[in-house]
Amino acid sequence: MIALELKNISKTFGTFKANSNINLQVKKGEVHAILGENGAGKSTLMKIIFGLHQPDAGGEILLNEKSIKIPSAHFAIKSGIGMVHQHFMLIRPFTILQNIILGFEPRNFLGFIDYTKARNEILKISKSYNFNLDLDLKIENISVGMQQRVEIVKTLYRNAELIILDEPTAVLTPQEIEDFYRIISNLKSSGKTIIIITHKLHEIKEIADRCTIIRKGEYIETLDVRSTSEEILASKMVGREVNLKISKEDKIPGEMILEISNLEVKNDKGLLALKNFSLKLARGEILGLAGIDGNGQKELVDALTGLRRVSKGQITLQKKNITNLSPKMIYHEKLAMIPEDRQRRGLIMDYSVKENFVLQRIDQKPFSQYGFIITRELNSFAELLMEKFDIRPRNKELKSSELSGGNQQKIILAREISNNPDVLIAFQPTRGLDVGAIEYIHLELIKLRNQNKAILLISYELDEILNLSDRIQVITEGVASQSFIKPTKEEIGLAMGSGK
Amino acid sequence: MKIITSISSVFLGLLVGALILKISGISPLEAYQVMWEGAFSKPQYIAYIIIRSTPLILTGLSVAFAFRTGLFNIGSEGQFIIGALSAAYFGVKFHYPAYLQIPLVLLLSIFFSGIYGGLAGLLKAKFGIHEVISTIMLNWIALYFSNYAVMTEGFHRPYTETSEFINPTTSITFFENIKPTNQFWSDFFRPPVNAGILIAIISILVVWIILNKTTFGFKLKSVGFNPEASRYAGINVEKKMTQSMIIAGSLSGLAGALHVMGVSKNIAILAAHEGYGFDGIAVALIGSNTPFGSLIAGFFLGTLKYSGQKIQSALDAPSEVILIMIGAIIFFIAIPNLWRKKS
Amino acid sequence: MNDIIFLFSTTLMYATPLIFTALGGLMSEKAGIINIGLEGLMTFGAFFASFIALKTGSPWTGLLAGGTAGLILAGLHALASIKFKSNQVVSGMALNFLGTGLSLFLCRLFFDGTSMTPPLSLDNKLPTFMGQYVTIYLALFLTFFIWLIFNKTVFGLRMISVGDHPKASDAAGLTVSLYRTIAVLASGFLAGLGGASLSIAIVSNFRPTLISGQGFIAIAALIFGKWKPESTLFACLFFGFSQALVIFLGGKENLHISSQLLSTLPYFLTLVVLIGFIKNMSAPRALGINE
Repeated sequence: MIALELKNISKTFGTFKANSNINLQVKKGEVHAILGENGAGKSTLMKIIFGLHQPDAGGEILLNEKSIKIPSAHFAIKSGIGMVHQHFMLIRPFTILQNIILGFEPRNFLGFIDYTKARNEILKISKSYNFNLDLDLKIENISVGMQQRVEIVKTLYRNAELIILDEPTAVLTPQEIEDFYRIISNLKSSGKTIIIITHKLHEIKEIADRCTIIRKGEYIETLDVRSTSEEILASKMVGREVNLKISKEDKIPGEMILEISNLEVKNDKGLLALKNFSLKLARGEILGLAGIDGNGQKELVDALTGLRRVSKGQITLQKKNITNLSPKMIYHEKLAMIPEDRQRRGLIMDYSVKENFVLQRIDQKPFSQYGFIITRELNSFAELLMEKFDIRPRNKELKSSELSGGNQQKIILAREISNNPDVLIAFQPTRGLDVGAIEYIHLELIKLRNQNKAILLISYELDEILNLSDRIQVITEGVASQSFIKPTKEEIGLAMGSGK
Repeated sequence: MKIITSISSVFLGLLVGALILKISGISPLEAYQVMWEGAFSKPQYIAYIIIRSTPLILTGLSVAFAFRTGLFNIGSEGQFIIGALSAAYFGVKFHYPAYLQIPLVLLLSIFFSGIYGGLAGLLKAKFGIHEVISTIMLNWIALYFSNYAVMTEGFHRPYTETSEFINPTTSITFFENIKPTNQFWSDFFRPPVNAGILIAIISILVVWIILNKTTFGFKLKSVGFNPEASRYAGINVEKKMTQSMIIAGSLSGLAGALHVMGVSKNIAILAAHEGYGFDGIAVALIGSNTPFGSLIAGFFLGTLKYSGQKIQSALDAPSEVILIMIGAIIFFIAIPNLWRKKS
Repeated sequence: MNDIIFLFSTTLMYATPLIFTALGGLMSEKAGIINIGLEGLMTFGAFFASFIALKTGSPWTGLLAGGTAGLILAGLHALASIKFKSNQVVSGMALNFLGTGLSLFLCRLFFDGTSMTPPLSLDNKLPTFMGQYVTIYLALFLTFFIWLIFNKTVFGLRMISVGDHPKASDAAGLTVSLYRTIAVLASGFLAGLGGASLSIAIVSNFRPTLISGQGFIAIAALIFGKWKPESTLFACLFFGFSQALVIFLGGKENLHISSQLLSTLPYFLTLVVLIGFIKNMSAPRALGINE
């Protein structure tokens, strides 16, 4: 029995073909993975299945071997399709209960919401799958892992038979990932059909039965997972041989340059995000800070760059105390940063490329004099950097928003390196980039390390940390827990989860 | 693109006005003809339009300037009042020769209205109070404070609801003594034409330079586009917001001061807001938040407001059709979403 | 004792139009649409209420007409900000010009070029009940009613979800634009009632300075009330009380404070209270954001 079949599905946005002639066959009761790089068109495809996008004319969708059109999410839900989005679709001020019933609320005779009925129904589901949910907690107060469980219960409450999960493990702790795998196998054994969208190979090996590969919006092939190696999956995904390991020579680190000692920093809610956190970084090394999202990384970066007050402890750069200096002063102490979110924090998207290059340095010579901008200098500086870092298209007047993600990241990298920093903090430097751009950024980071710069790499991608770092520090719940040199993935994973 | 939006919105707004008139049984063609002739058929009309437009250009510039830093300055109204009050007060109290008196009174008016505007910026920077709310409150505080001040002894003109007249050396109606022989110019200078428009144009130029040529403007705009990224780039966002509001405040205050020094010569008790600030918002929106846009839109609005009065007397047509037109124009400007998106 | 009664009724009198209008603003903002055009909506409602009450002789018809007029004008805002995804502040601003302009234009057209409607006779005004205008009871009832909608009904749950995270509502199969449109129309209706409660209850006619800024005060009140109907009610009562205080103290002859300076009191108090509770943490998360 085929639960879902797509025939020749295409989707065009303006002139951009996000999907072209995609074929997909998902068997009832299997776990089917959709594998592809960032931007390959996986999410677009899933939104078509869930009724959030309409495909171009010419294709066909079959649900349970019957041809259908899915005009809206509402229709998809009614047809037994459930979706867990990568960015959870939860209303933060609502309770778990309210979130689960939203859109499908039972009513009492007064027309009000019948919470008792809803609660009983959900508890029944929760019990049969062992979900363990306290339905009265608000979303803003529960962990990411629990939020995901809420999303899954939501699909079950709506009687979904086919459940789509978009990048389900991206934000989970190793322990939560184990729980997630267990949930998936439970769902499978109760007869549900699962589609998992991912770019993580080990995840596929772990839970999927079959896997369909998509590259640049096109269908490549469908493979049986058990009989295919990770290397083959990777090369099919990227379209060429990929070196999963990056080569770098061993290097003896130099003098200590950045020292963080006994740091205490609060998060936005006023709770301690960093507790007695200490770290040392030497010239000529890449120190990887491994940890799950939300364990104090953001607050650490903010504290290092002067955006968040340090309540206790000290940060010294080149023996100079830089604790609680302004961002501007810290920048001039030669500490540079690639922020986590390039569009929100790294660039002014409405400014041109050349303007973004001088964002921090507009007050300095030669870019300005007596408060007036010297455009000629901006131009030549931009031309130089665009050439050196191969930023395309080679047009310094373009708004940053008109460039691709990889090129936007290159603008930031170029800008930060051009100030000749001693320390570079790279926070999720390859987030959302395709493999080519990732390789470029990785090689640049290693180049900097070889030039005796100190690099603090903060990433949620364990593979990235393992590939690049000379030394690895694990952060759990704001504490610098264990540190490693050349560990195995299992060791790190265990250390990352142990704090929870 | 923005210019096209503005021009087509203006066109559509005039069309809506025509439609409203037509439905009300008034010939739109006739009305627009009366307005056109009432605006341009005589040199003195043009002079009146210039007088009328000057404060609108400046309040528009004020609103536009704050917009560029991502701030919505509804407080132009109150800043205008503070500027007018300062000019009247010091214009009455000081007795210096004109070459000292005028710059001094102008500077003090700019100073106090700048502080008043900056207050809203500071409240936002320090306490996170949205500028829309704080400036609404500040508008009313300014109005009642000005009313109070008008009635204080030594400033109040006895038996009236107004202040004393400013000292003649405060006046910027320099052209009173010009008696051109040419008929056109002699008619042109018959109304109380004053130097306000020249100062307004200079302000436009200065603001244009600040926004486009200086590092200060670079940082202000950067904050307007994306405060978070600006903070990461080491820009002191709170300080920039406050500075932007100071400048916006002083521009609105300048409008008030010039109005007193060039037109009214004193201030009166206000029962309600006069609407210079609100019209400034319209000017800024029609001028797509640019300095030169404010200049043109200010003249446009001034022309509408001046010539709109004339259909009342000539055709018995309600002059408020002008407000409807302005509303419609803003409405059409809102629709194509070409207005800068907030991140 | 008389003083207390005076303060009490004056507070309620000033608070009533604000309660209606602030509840209107609340509906719209809870669904994620900023409505800065409340002032224009109030003006429009005030004019139509008085116009229809005059023509029909029924203040209740007038009240309904005031609400309906607000609703229709708010339809423009809904069209622009929901259908065309315009900047909500700009299209709201357009309402302020349109509402005021249309009211005065029509007033002059219908009433021989004057900008005031003729006064309603006493029996053509809305009646009083237990010494207060009936509108205050209506306003209190509506506060409870909206609280009920927000907290107990399917519609309320969905409407709030739309203002918090429209994509999530969309993914739950809800039509975001439908809920937003209803909310904006409701805000127009309520603001129209707010205007009407002035022109056909508190005073007896429409005039250009009738509303003068109360639509904006209503916005302040709902922010003040942290986007909750019950707290918004108290914020409006607070404004009403400080207005009442101004009048009360202004009437005391032995008190040597300028009435003009006293008039700044409500606005000062608001600023002071706002400084007290730092940042608008409870604003709907998707407020003002299209898509």
